[in-house]
Amino acid sequence: MNSIIVTAILVLGILGVVLAIVLYLVAQKFKVVEDPRIDQVEAVLPGANCGGCGYPGCRGFAEAVVKSDDLSALFCPVGGNDTMAKAAEIMGKTAEAKDPMVAVVRCSGSPEHRNRIVEYDGASSCKLATALYSGDTGCQYGCLGLGDCVAVCNFDAIYIDPETLLPVVDEEKCTACGACVKACPKSIIELRKKGPKGKRIYVSCINQDKGGPARKACKVACIGCGKCAKVCPHDAITIENNLAYIDYNKCKLCRKCVAECPTGAILEINFPPRKKKVEGQTENVETK
Amino acid sequence: MLKTFSKGGVHPPENKFSADKPIEVLPLPKKVSIPISQHIGAPASIIVAKGDKVKVGQLIAKSSGFVSANIHSSVSGTVESITPVLDSSGYKRPAITIAVEGDEWEPTIDRSPNLKREISIDAQEIVKKIAEAGIVGLGGATFPSHVKLSVPDGKKAEVLIINGVECEPYLTSDHRLMLEKGHELMVGIQILMKALGVTKAMIGIENNKPDAIKYLTDISEEYQGVTVHALKVKYPQGGEKQLIKALINREVPSGALPIEVGAVVHNVGTAFAAYEAVQKNKPLIERVVTVTGKNLPKPSNFLVRIGTPVDELIEAAGGLPEDTAKVVNGGPMMGKAVSDISIPVTKGTSGIIVFPAKESKRKTEGLCIRCAKCVSACPMGLEPYLLIRMSQRMMFEEMEHEHVLDCMECGSCSFECPANLPLLDYIRLGKTEVNKIVRSRKN
Ligand code: SF4
Ligand code: SF4
Ligand code: SF4
Ligand code: SF4
Repeated sequence: MNSIIVTAILVLGILGVVLAIVLYLVAQKFKVVEDPRIDQVEAVLPGANCGGCGYPGCRGFAEAVVKSDDLSALFCPVGGNDTMAKAAEIMGKTAEAKDPMVAVVRCSGSPEHRNRIVEYDGASSCKLATALYSGDTGCQYGCLGLGDCVAVCNFDAIYIDPETLLPVVDEEKCTACGACVKACPKSIIELRKKGPKGKRIYVSCINQDKGGPARKACKVACIGCGKCAKVCPHDAITIENNLAYIDYNKCKLCRKCVAECPTGAILEINFPPRKKKVEGQTENVETK
Repeated sequence: MLKTFSKGGVHPPENKFSADKPIEVLPLPKKVSIPISQHIGAPASIIVAKGDKVKVGQLIAKSSGFVSANIHSSVSGTVESITPVLDSSGYKRPAITIAVEGDEWEPTIDRSPNLKREISIDAQEIVKKIAEAGIVGLGGATFPSHVKLSVPDGKKAEVLIINGVECEPYLTSDHRLMLEKGHELMVGIQILMKALGVTKAMIGIENNKPDAIKYLTDISEEYQGVTVHALKVKYPQGGEKQLIKALINREVPSGALPIEVGAVVHNVGTAFAAYEAVQKNKPLIERVVTVTGKNLPKPSNFLVRIGTPVDELIEAAGGLPEDTAKVVNGGPMMGKAVSDISIPVTKGTSGIIVFPAKESKRKTEGLCIRCAKCVSACPMGLEPYLLIRMSQRMMFEEMEHEHVLDCMECGSCSFECPANLPLLDYIRLGKTEVNKIVRSRKN
């Protein structure tokens, strides 16, 4: 009886030791030596794991930074220029500074501007709703307001305004990771240059219908009339598919187009209120 | 015991209010809008211009590939505009709008009511004629019919199956067609048989239409090779694969077409259209549409010119009741709610159903209780509870492995789910995404 127990202990013990040695040797043989700089770079990244850089998580991005010779194609939207500078320093390089970006919602069709004509009572997902129908208003391009963009934002930077039923981006919190841009099935959200002191001008509409139908669907739709493009002294506006688009690299923020637009589809953000004189001009333009 | 398919299936309540309403010809509308994409496949290319005069039956948009269908004018008059109009999806799609003037038909079309039994042309010519007439599956799937009649090399058709099941509750257009156009239908079936080179045709009809079963069985003695089969009432028996299983007890493999097991399935409406095209030279310019609803004053079956605005049909059926909350294009199970009733009737419009508020609201979603009712309801043997979770988590590759593309969108799972989960909605989303993945792999 006793000898059986002793043999069992011996056999299992020896087996354990032998296997431990084998495992150790195998582990040595297949050991992966990781570049220690990956850890260093990862340490300076924000750790948000948002995927905004295009890599799976911050570690993936750190690996990419260490592997590539040229850093110009890599950017961490959350950390911004400071983070990139630190990462470049670890690699013994310098990073080019990039203009900070921010997400903008290109739809202003609140209920006062476009009527709700049908009622949707399906699941709360924009992606799903687009597969089923074109939206609950006459505008088939506009925001569905079901908040897919809100759901994907890791930074709590976007919410649906209960009055306008449209998403609003909190500039302070938005890191321009681009998750909402990808999530929106209607392609309404775009990343744009934040602009000096946060000043931006953009066309807040993506309705490609001709003037009549566009305006019927929504009072603040871009009707593609081209008046803005005509007044723009810097050639920053192009009209395509009955829709105006402002190139943020060319725009000098003179605001001429905003005053000219007959529907109010162009938004100016973070500008001081206009002076009386300018307002007078605006009225002239409108009564022409 | 009556035959039916074996896997899954549900029993929605029947509401065939219009079953004993004979087909009425709807008066000509003032204007029709004819979408150029009324079928599965490539949209037809427009061959008329604004201001052109057209006659009934004149070709106005030409098929632009093998899987595509011709489109003919359903009225005579002037082409008023070629602009996008709203269709049943709520999106605007290219369409030809014609202002109606008189009712002048192409002289080649035989409009006499005489039955013409003799089939004088051969198989190849039949397929060509059916293609020229722009015939598509009239059961709602709108697959161009000539494609189904062109049996691929190496395959052989053994039997033609005619779908007279009409398993969708509310719809009665096929039922009326079988009762009122029995002989034309039979000749149409003979035409399809000749085109396929088969000697056997089986008509499947659900047992809730005993008058149609009796009538067609009686006259089928005059037509060689055609037999009529009563089937148990069970949704979705109108699905090709379910009907084949019910009638000849063969199972079409996942991802394969019925021809794999020697069968070709056509709807009764399609067989009737084939009769008119081959024997009467008449392209597909009108169809029977059921207009119904619990509170609709006059549920009816109308013979409607393609392109007629849906609101005119509803008007003719007594007008929208006040408590209307939803109008569905198609059957209540597979159809889709429309956002605007000015949309035109297309080749795929089998019914228009008006629902009062009480019946139209979705019930509040609960949590999946793992009862597996959706699994036993699914006629395709899928696991809907799993698919919805995958779709919500955007696991589309996994969905492909779970055969989401086999889903026939019958809605049995959503119908049965006690937690009211929108199973089919999410499965549809998954199908769209999986299809995208499959397509990108091909490129
Ligand atoms: S912006 Fe796009 S994702 Fe966000 S609520 Fe509107 S439609 Fe949905
Ligand atoms: S703000 Fe001035 S520069 Fe910018 S797009 Fe408008 S008109 Fe052009
Ligand atoms: S809709 Fe699709 S998953 Fe649901 S029961 Fe029908 S075939 Fe099955
Ligand atoms: S029928 Fe509904 S509750 Fe039951 S298992 Fe399926 S999804 Fe879950």
